[in-house]
This record gives sequence, structure tokens and C-alpha cells, in this order.
Amino acid sequence: MARCRFLQLLIAMLPLAIAPSALAQPPYPDDPLQSPMWTAHARLIFGDDPVRFDPRIQLLYPQVAENQRSFPVALDARGVGSVTRMVIFADLNPIPIAIDYRPDLAEPYIATRIKLDQRTPVRGAVQLASGQWLVAGGWVDAAGGGCSAPPVGRITGDWAAHLGEMRGEAWPMGTQGSSRLRITFRHPMDTGLVANIPTYAIEEMSVRSESGTMLGQMALFASVSEDPAITLMPRAAPGATLSIVAHDTNGRTYAAKVPVARQSASVLAAQP
Amino acid sequence: MTLTRRAMLAGLALPATAGMANATYPIHPVAVADGIWMIHGDDAPIQSSNGGAIANIAIIDTPVGTVLVDSGPSLRYGRALRAVAEGLTGKPVIRVYVTHLHPDHGMGIAAFDPAIVAALPQTITDMARDGRGFSDALYRLLGDWMRGTDLVLPGRKITEVSEDFGGRRLRLMALAGHSAGDLALLDEQTGLLIGGDLLFHDRAPATPTADLPRWRTSLDSLAKLPHRAALPGHGPFDPTGQKAIAQTRDWIEWLEEALTAAVRSGLDMVEAGSVPIPARFAGMAAARYELQRSVSHFYPGLEAKWLPRVDMPES
Repeated sequence: MARCRFLQLLIAMLPLAIAPSALAQPPYPDDPLQSPMWTAHARLIFGDDPVRFDPRIQLLYPQVAENQRSFPVALDARGVGSVTRMVIFADLNPIPIAIDYRPDLAEPYIATRIKLDQRTPVRGAVQLASGQWLVAGGWVDAAGGGCSAPPVGRITGDWAAHLGEMRGEAWPMGTQGSSRLRITFRHPMDTGLVANIPTYAIEEMSVRSESGTMLGQMALFASVSEDPAITLMPRAAPGATLSIVAHDTNGRTYAAKVPVARQSASVLAAQP
Repeated sequence: MTLTRRAMLAGLALPATAGMANATYPIHPVAVADGIWMIHGDDAPIQSSNGGAIANIAIIDTPVGTVLVDSGPSLRYGRALRAVAEGLTGKPVIRVYVTHLHPDHGMGIAAFDPAIVAALPQTITDMARDGRGFSDALYRLLGDWMRGTDLVLPGRKITEVSEDFGGRRLRLMALAGHSAGDLALLDEQTGLLIGGDLLFHDRAPATPTADLPRWRTSLDSLAKLPHRAALPGHGPFDPTGQKAIAQTRDWIEWLEEALTAAVRSGLDMVEAGSVPIPARFAGMAAARYELQRSVSHFYPGLEAKWLPRVDMPES
């Protein structure tokens, strides 16, 4: 009898024993890129939220990684509904996530340049207001060392002389009320993976309107290229001024004001 | 039945290497002038399917021996080239010119005695600086094609303005723009211009080490030569002598204008690499590929030039 009770207890406990591992591994869709890191990154970035690969999400990049220290990537999720987060990551980079962006009052578009430490899947993931994640990406072949070679500014030795220089411009877009903001920084974006050079990177950036309304904010990681360049589409009318503030891991603040030009959208920038 | 460990290993190893090991380069010289042949490289990126044999090469028959202009990407190519060239002329190779530092033109000199290999002093300096990196890049892309290829530097600096081979005189012109040192040659007997990579023809120009204003100046001086035909660094032979010059100039001018317009109108690098390529370049091989490479080469510099400073003093 006592033995029977013990078995019953054991059976009752079984689901408990299974549950934690089942929770830790939600059924993510099969990875079309068959990356060895897909499940690990999915767990980290998506957690329990639903995920699907979706062709409406466009992750755009050139056909050749000409420079593994600076690979251009654009993530375009316009037309899929209300987007709350946009993440650009490379599965096999030692620092996988490059940018985690919240387009609060902005078109869901972000372009930047990232480091590639080897041949790797490069992905864009977009979260809708419903919680659903949409993912796109592809394998990119690259020579090694984008994350583990010293930045050019460290080799030439002039990085400190230009630290904090920001350049930028903003243009009205064809879409009513939207602008196109380009902003560049001089910053070494040290990964911490080069001998005797500790991590030193811009880690956050925000774009606000003149009245202080948050238009877009992002976390940046050291897998963003040296001298970061970022393109966003915040909602701002011609004549408005955008206020950009960023911080790096040493606590330095970078601030800039960029007026949205009053002229009409240029032909190239107005392209959908 | 039992399999020995060695048999198993052999069985495993075969499929992985069978496609590449001992592959041979197709080398087909075509006569383009009296005593000069051109080997037309693949008008494509450096890739495993072509073994990196993308550059054009000239074979010149002179009274005292065979002269080569450029040598291909690897030891294997250089050896095959020498056999083909010497078979054609019946004379040993006595001079190999390397037109500039890029590895698709110069890594094949590993097959020759450095004492007969000549290049501009600037090219030798640049090969000493970048050659190891180029070599690594080619091994990564080409694998077995590169087997045994070591970086070798040309043993002879070109300081003279011409070289005479038993009466066949080659004019040697030290120019620049595609790289910091670009050699162009004029065969005075036939009026054939061998332009190196200053000239691309129906194949989009590559710009990893380019200085566009200097390139234009060099094209101007080539256009004034009394030449009758041109052998470009990439793409088909130009029997007119002026088409490759004009086309290369047209492309690099369009490139500079298009990338400047892209920066000034707010495009990011991905978008700049996707702008429409004018219809007049429709017949150009590798156009989109080279445009996107050029975006990588020039965009940060153009941004620094055209985007205004907007930072405020640190508070």
C-alpha cells in the first residue's frame, strides 16, 4: 500500500519535472538558415513570444561583404502594422546583437553597419504590438576578424582626436509627416575582444522632438561598426528640429540637433 | 566485411576534395597584334569556379625571348601560363611585368625567378604592405587553387621609360589611380596599348585602392597616346583603342556623381548600392557587384565630406 502511494506521488510529480524544460524551449519554427545558434538566440531575444519567418520583413544588404568591419544592413518593416521593436543580429558573432531599436513615433526602418567575425546568418527581427515576432535574414560570407581586429582609429591613433564628432542631416520624405534622419559618430566601438583594448562603445541613442516627445530609442552594442552611421525615419515635419542624445560605456554624452530641411524630398530619398 | 580505418578515411576525404584538387586553368591565348596574344580572364568576381583567373594577360614575342604582362592569381596559374607562352613563341620567358599590386594580377609571379619580374617601385612597396592580406583572402576564397603559392615580390624596380627586347621596344608608363602605382605599356611596333587595370572594358571597374581624380588624369594621358588598339586589364580586347578608355572614364565619373547624390539625398549604404545603373552600362559585367563594393570603399569618406557637423559641446 505504501509502495502504491509512492508510485502515485511519483506519477503526480512527473509533469512538474517535465514542465520547466518544456517552458525553456518554446516551439520556435524550424530555421530556414539551419543556424547552430538559432534556438539559443531565439530563447534570448524572443523568450515565450510567438515567432515566424515572414517575407514581408526585408533585411537588405549588399551581395558581397567587401569589408568585414563594416557591413551595411537595412531592416525595413514598413507596411506590416504597428512595430514596437526591431533587432538586428548576426548568429555567429561573439556579440550577436548589434542594435535593439524601438521606433516609438517613427517608421519601422533602420539602417546601419555591423561587424562580421566570420561567415554567419545576419537577421532582422521585428516585434508587432501584438507581441508577434517576424524574422528575416540570410547567410553572409565574410572574411574573419571583424570583431577581433583593432579598429582603424586605433591603428592610425587618431580616434581620441575625433571622438564625439557627429554629422547628420534630415530630409522630409515622400510619406506625409515622416523624415529621414542620418546620423554618424566618430567612435572606436571597441569590442573588448582585441588584446589590451577594453570594451568601449556607444550603448544607447534616442531621438526626440523639440517638445521632448520620444520618437525612437535604441540600445547599441559593440558589434556595430567603428564610427557608427545610423539611418532612421522619425515622424517630423519639414522645419522641425530633431534632438539626438547618445551615451557610451564610459558615461560620455553625445548630443546633436538636426533640423529637418524645409525643401521638398529629394528624388532619391522619396523612393519607397 | 570490415573496413580498415585508412580505407574509411580515404573514402571520407575523396568527395570533399575531388572537385578542386588538381583542377587546371583553361588558358586560351588569342592573337591580338603581330606577336602579341591576349588571355581573356573571366569577367566575374574572384570565385572558386574560375580559380581567381579573372585578369587579362598579354604574351609578347620578342626577338630575344617571351615577355608577359601580368601573371594570374596563383602558382598553379603562373606555371601553366609559362608553359603555354613558351609553347606559343618557342622562347623562354625573360621578363614578367606586374601592372599593379592586386593579387589577380601578381600572385602568379611565384612561378618565376623574381630577378626577371619587374614592377613600379610604388607597386613593390604596396605589395610588401598588402600582399600577405591579399594572399590570405585568396586562400580563403579559392582553397586548393592556391596550393603552394607564396607571396613573392618583384625583384626589379622599373625606373626607365622604355625597355628594348632585341629591337622590340616597350614604352613603360608610370601612372596611378586604380591603385597608387599603375603600369601601362605601349608596344611601339604595333601601337598596342596594354593598360593594366587603368582600363576596364564591358566589365565594371573595381575601386578598392582607387583615387578617382588621379585615375581620370591617367586616362587623359592614355587617350593622347598614338595607340591603335587597347588590351584592358579586364574585359574583351578593344580594337578601337579608345572605347575602353572612354567607358572606364564614364563609369568612374558616374560612380562619383551617383554616390555623392546618394549621400546628399540621405540614402544609407544599402540603398546607395541599389540605385539604378544607367542603361548605357547594361552590357557591363559585374556592374552591381562593383557598385556595391565601391559604396563600401567611398561612402564613409563622402559622408564625412557632405554631411554637416551637428554635435553640440559636451554639457
